[in-house]
Amino acid sequence: MSTLLARAPGVSAVRRAARANQLITAGTLIVAVIVVVAVFAPLLAPYPADAGTATHPEIALQAPSLRHLFGTDQVGRDVFSRVLYGARVSPVIAFFVLLIACAIGVPLGVAAGYFGGVTDEIIMRVTDVFLAFPALLLSLAFVAVLTPSLTSLTIAIAIAWWPWYTRLIRGQAASVAGRPYVEACRTLGIPRWRILLRHVLPNSMTPLVVQVSLDAGGVILTISALSFLGLGAQDPVPEWGLMVAEGENYFTTQWWLVTYPGLAILVTALAFTLLGDGLRDTLDPRRLPVR
Amino acid sequence: MTRYTIRRVALAIVVVAGVVILTFVIADLVPGDPAVAWAGPHASAAQLARARQYLGLDQPLPVRIGKYFGGILTGNWGTSIHTHQPVLSDIGTAAPATLELVVAALIIAVVVGVPLGLAAARWPGSILDHAIRVIAVLGVSMPIFWLALILQLVFAQRLRVLPVAGQYDPNLIFTHPLVTRTQMPVVDALLSGNWAVLGSSLRHLVLPAVVVAAYPVGVIARMTRAQVLDTLGETHVQMLRSLGFPERTVIGRFSMKLAWNPVAAVLALVFAYSLVNSFLVESIFDWPGLGSYATASVETLDTPAIVGVTLFIGLVYVAANLIVDLVQAALDPRIRLR
Repeated sequence: MSTLLARAPGVSAVRRAARANQLITAGTLIVAVIVVVAVFAPLLAPYPADAGTATHPEIALQAPSLRHLFGTDQVGRDVFSRVLYGARVSPVIAFFVLLIACAIGVPLGVAAGYFGGVTDEIIMRVTDVFLAFPALLLSLAFVAVLTPSLTSLTIAIAIAWWPWYTRLIRGQAASVAGRPYVEACRTLGIPRWRILLRHVLPNSMTPLVVQVSLDAGGVILTISALSFLGLGAQDPVPEWGLMVAEGENYFTTQWWLVTYPGLAILVTALAFTLLGDGLRDTLDPRRLPVR
Repeated sequence: MTRYTIRRVALAIVVVAGVVILTFVIADLVPGDPAVAWAGPHASAAQLARARQYLGLDQPLPVRIGKYFGGILTGNWGTSIHTHQPVLSDIGTAAPATLELVVAALIIAVVVGVPLGLAAARWPGSILDHAIRVIAVLGVSMPIFWLALILQLVFAQRLRVLPVAGQYDPNLIFTHPLVTRTQMPVVDALLSGNWAVLGSSLRHLVLPAVVVAAYPVGVIARMTRAQVLDTLGETHVQMLRSLGFPERTVIGRFSMKLAWNPVAAVLALVFAYSLVNSFLVESIFDWPGLGSYATASVETLDTPAIVGVTLFIGLVYVAANLIVDLVQAALDPRIRLR
């Protein structure tokens, strides 16, 4: 949509870039805060033990106060500490999900672009099959039949996510292959694999970075949704989706149990969406105004 | 067009075959012995052997895949472990409720999203445009199970302006019995002129539908905005302007006409996503649809039911894509000639 904004009357490229920078700044700032919270959780959290197996039934379900900023949960754990520690769970899992998805998706995309023909056809039909399922459903099905654990969760979501990168990289390879400079390379007798590695892959990195950043929010939402359904993190892991699920039973009277962990999910997903949007506006060369 | 149709349908058949194989793989991944799950933990060796034979586990892999395919084609999708009913008939019972919810959500998404997108395109860069962008980004980043709980707390529990859960007021079952034909209370009430149930079911539909609409509203608003802005630079739009048509007519009537096609395409794709998003919402609102069925199946480790629902939605998605592509090709020759 940024292209369109650029073409729109009255909006100059400068204003567009400034707006994109605002998005990047906002997104980067929140992501930085999340990283800091994740790294320094033991120092920032007032009750670090509450992120683990500690329980204090005598102070269960207390409303937010100065002692417990976000209140306490059904076994007396400090919700604020657990929300802070949550920054170490879903975002980290999301990182590994995207890493695995790229590790599967990118080479397959390059292979489809490199070999073309039957290989391309087979790889792309397989991605079509995986893309016939919404990612949440496919990962739900996989993780439901595996033993529930964070490892199963990571693998299940990565299985649902890799085809997007195969498609992206292959499309990139196809579009670059037609450019004059690639033709020039071919005329010079440079082997095809070298063209792919030196010219096609580097040119695909920018859209890949943008896509990964945009997807990070979606992956975090998927992780928390599956944990909410009981298919991901298990108590006492301070995963935000699981905390929402655990708070659901007490929600009518103890609103803080659900509200704060959910807000953490929203803010985190929002940060990555903003960052990805901004990155796309500035980095993606195809979207720069032609004028 | 015929050539395009044949090619597109052939592709869809290949994808469907792949979808069936993928669900077979998922069903086969279950750790442990399915025969044990079927016969129970205290089964004797003979009972286990009978279970293995009954489930076809003693046969080689290609035979089992063949049988699985045959079963899918003939409507034998296996038996649910927790309801003891055929999975396909369970899906048939649950699907209408989900359909009602998702269609209501998509109606909200279009009725709200398209005007928002048009307004953003009318005044790009304005405060309104930014506000609409924020709404869209929030919708895409929203954990909808959380949104469902928050809205339920605020509007049903605290303000008491909307019902907490269910499809319609259970007291009406005795005073105004509903003739069920489609399993969709709103439609059934309309068909039989049962206005009491209609009012109640519409009120029950509001909260879950708004929650499911959160994601599509943003997507549709952004899509509409992008498509309309895209047409504004074109010569025929400039001509309309030079002819003196007011800006709102240029955007609302002429630019939107071109934008409907891609917006409709996005709508079809968002449909499948909303089906799955309803999984997270249905159990919160006690909505007796596919989502409640799926979450109950997950809790009882009911593999045939989970795989059945997965397969069903995969097929719906492939069908939706196929229909969109064919309709678009029929409307726009540039697509089928590409």
